[in-house]
Amino acid sequence: MNVAVAVYDVKQDAFAPASEAGPAPKRVVVGFGFWVFLLSDIVMFSALFAAYAVLVHATAGGPAGPQLFNQVSVAIQTACLLASSYTCGLMSLSVNSRRRTATYGFALVTFVLGAAFLALEIREFAGMIARGATPQTSAFLSAFFTLVGCHGLHVTAGLIWLAVMMAQVAIKGFRPTVDRRLLCFALFWHALDIIWVWLFTAVYLMGVHP
Amino acid sequence: MNLFGKLSWDAIPFDQPIVMGASGGMILGIVSVLGWVTLKGYVPYLWREWLTSVDHKRIGVMYIVLGLLMLLRGFSDAIMMRAQQAVAAGGAQGYLPPEHFDQIFSAHGTIMIFFVAMPLVIGLMNLAVPLQLGIRDVAFPTLNAVSLWLTASGILLTNVSLVVGEFARTGWVAYPPLSELQFSPGVGVDYYLWSLQISGVGTLLTGINFVTTILKIRAPGMSYMRMPVFCWTALAANLMIVAVFPILTATFAMLLLDRYLGFHFFSVDAGGNAMMYVNLFWMWGHPEVYILVLPAFGIFSEVSATFSGKPLFGYRSMVAATMVICVLSLMVWLHHFFTMGASANVNAVFGMTSMIIGVPTGVKIFNWLFTMYGGRVRFAVPVLWTIGFMVTFVLGGLTGVLLAVPAVDWQVHNSAFLVAHFHHVIIPGVIFGVFAGYIYWFPKAFGFTLDERWGRRAFWCWFIGFHLAFMPLYVTGLMGMTRRLQHYDVVSWQPWLLVAAAGVAVIFAGIACQVVQLVVSIRAREELRDVTGDPWNGRTLEWSTASPAPAWNYAVLPRVTGLDAFWAQKARAKQGQPAQARKYAPIEVPKNTPTGFVNAFFAVVIGFALIWHIWWMAALGAFGAFVTFLAFAFRQQEEVEIPAETIAQFDRAHPAEVAL
Repeated sequence: MNVAVAVYDVKQDAFAPASEAGPAPKRVVVGFGFWVFLLSDIVMFSALFAAYAVLVHATAGGPAGPQLFNQVSVAIQTACLLASSYTCGLMSLSVNSRRRTATYGFALVTFVLGAAFLALEIREFAGMIARGATPQTSAFLSAFFTLVGCHGLHVTAGLIWLAVMMAQVAIKGFRPTVDRRLLCFALFWHALDIIWVWLFTAVYLMGVHP
Repeated sequence: MNLFGKLSWDAIPFDQPIVMGASGGMILGIVSVLGWVTLKGYVPYLWREWLTSVDHKRIGVMYIVLGLLMLLRGFSDAIMMRAQQAVAAGGAQGYLPPEHFDQIFSAHGTIMIFFVAMPLVIGLMNLAVPLQLGIRDVAFPTLNAVSLWLTASGILLTNVSLVVGEFARTGWVAYPPLSELQFSPGVGVDYYLWSLQISGVGTLLTGINFVTTILKIRAPGMSYMRMPVFCWTALAANLMIVAVFPILTATFAMLLLDRYLGFHFFSVDAGGNAMMYVNLFWMWGHPEVYILVLPAFGIFSEVSATFSGKPLFGYRSMVAATMVICVLSLMVWLHHFFTMGASANVNAVFGMTSMIIGVPTGVKIFNWLFTMYGGRVRFAVPVLWTIGFMVTFVLGGLTGVLLAVPAVDWQVHNSAFLVAHFHHVIIPGVIFGVFAGYIYWFPKAFGFTLDERWGRRAFWCWFIGFHLAFMPLYVTGLMGMTRRLQHYDVVSWQPWLLVAAAGVAVIFAGIACQVVQLVVSIRAREELRDVTGDPWNGRTLEWSTASPAPAWNYAVLPRVTGLDAFWAQKARAKQGQPAQARKYAPIEVPKNTPTGFVNAFFAVVIGFALIWHIWWMAALGAFGAFVTFLAFAFRQQEEVEIPAETIAQFDRAHPAEVAL
């Protein structure tokens, strides 16, 4: 049955304006509220992006992007993060179909991919610092470490959250509160991807082609 | 390495009698209140009913209490500054040394904006918005408590700075490079930054909570164009909170990284850019002005419609003006620093946007005037505040239009003229509005109205005192007096500053009247009791439930069929339409939780530890906050059920509710 026919079959008063229905269901309220939070988080990142854009050429005699960025490592990082978003989606599907083992399995893969991303990022930072390119060197590096590091902190928080959520599934089982929190986690994890895509473009791609 | 970081006995300024006196008074006050509460055995009641409460009305009341207490603190700073400038003319140095005077004007600005105006406005939104929308609570009640207590944490840290260490000497805007470690090596700027970071998180969470509440949770039939104007202004204010508070958080985070880890965002060397701070700060700062003033405009709208016995004139234009201001407020930030290096064309553009934003504000003024025109206006105290606001605010707005001309701004920027201007819009705009709302909604919170006579006295003292205190500053500003002067050589300014000091004394009398009003009203609460739930012949839904409103707000969610829903209900009841018998069902309300309070305790620990570089304590605090979060996440029972019988009993005892 196609969608148009399905719509035809619904009675007209089912299309009463949403405002007649009263308060929205809890799942909608929680999901919407978390979207609003994500928007605020994106605003915070945009302030950091703006600072980076202002300071990107303020290298103060220190190294600039092309001398620092290793695109192979960043490509692997990107692959890890995007793949983890996919497995996070599979986890959401497992939650919806109440398959506990699959949920744990996909959560574990998501966690490992996220941790791999983080490990590569830490290696990149450590390598730069070892070569003397510290955040104290120049305004450009201050902005770089803050912008990329802030994303890294978000990924770290996401990993902790994921671990807590698996404990919640184990102890409390699938119930409405746990479901809603898993929904929020999934939104958060995908939003980190979106920010990473901008970050990858603005910092690493544009950074090596001055 | 020192176990207590930078903290030592030297941090307490034993050698400064004024500071020690104020600190002693503050500590004595806190200890005596705590002692009285403990001796009277009120602690379990306070803990059960207030400190762990997630009820939006109680949270609103606590916000307002915080705001009013901090108003006293911020105002005592104002008295000290006016007294200093009244005497420190010619060769005289006054009684405040420069480093203390600098802390006072910094603290005054910070406290008045963040810890007086914000809690008062957010408190009134908490109290009224869910009731006006005809619902039982905000979207996220526990988060609401977390917001409140994080704000309280910021307030506590700011007050601790009076006793332990110092506050910023940088002005309330903390511009670098002055606020960088190199030029402000003390802990003052750190107190400023961490207090505002912590309370800023609370404000952001409030913004998310109210945007979600207003957009997703409304009584059946409450479409957007049927919402009371206060809900619209609250929506605009909270949208702006979500849009701009993260910018402030990011900006302060950058300054903190500069100060703590030697980064170079705003430093004078290694490519740092101090102007970027100024831009980012005002991208938050200008919308902040409207975050404060729009809800106050909403209060004036409710008050002028209610006390004129007429629907608000031009509801749609009022809504449009509110949302236009919401958007335009994000496009004017540069007018705060016309003199700081932008090109003439950039200045011209921002000068124009700044003038355009006056247009929707003008629309509002005319709407209020036309609401009163032809109405049967009752001159109750909230109306006095409203009329006082309109008269005063129009003039303050006009000086703002003057300042929006870049060429004029070049002449009077950073002068007492500017100080007069922004007090001239914020005091009538925000503070008068909050006082109108305080008197208007007080019976809904506590079940009795406030004494009229003392209310009138308070208004007239404030109104006259305000003009005495700030009109002279326009004059001295035009005479060339810059702001933030600890002493000055031009003796011809002194007569004006003496008048300003007298004005502050008159405002002080107004505040005293307000304290007396509260005491007198509590004593006479039985005569002032609001038994109907509708003391002002109101138009919006909050007056349809009992005063004080029960925990569940509405036994049955009201069904809304148009604007001014309660007015329509009353009209139908008068026509003798029979009230339908109500069916009571048990109501689930969120369970009280100490999460917000405990979390705020750890926030204070973290903030204090970071200010004084006590790293182990900061880690301990973070761990505590995380455990608190886990305890909340894993709690078994999330809601409690109020049985239908309890609700039916309450309804029988309060027949005021118009049942339809």
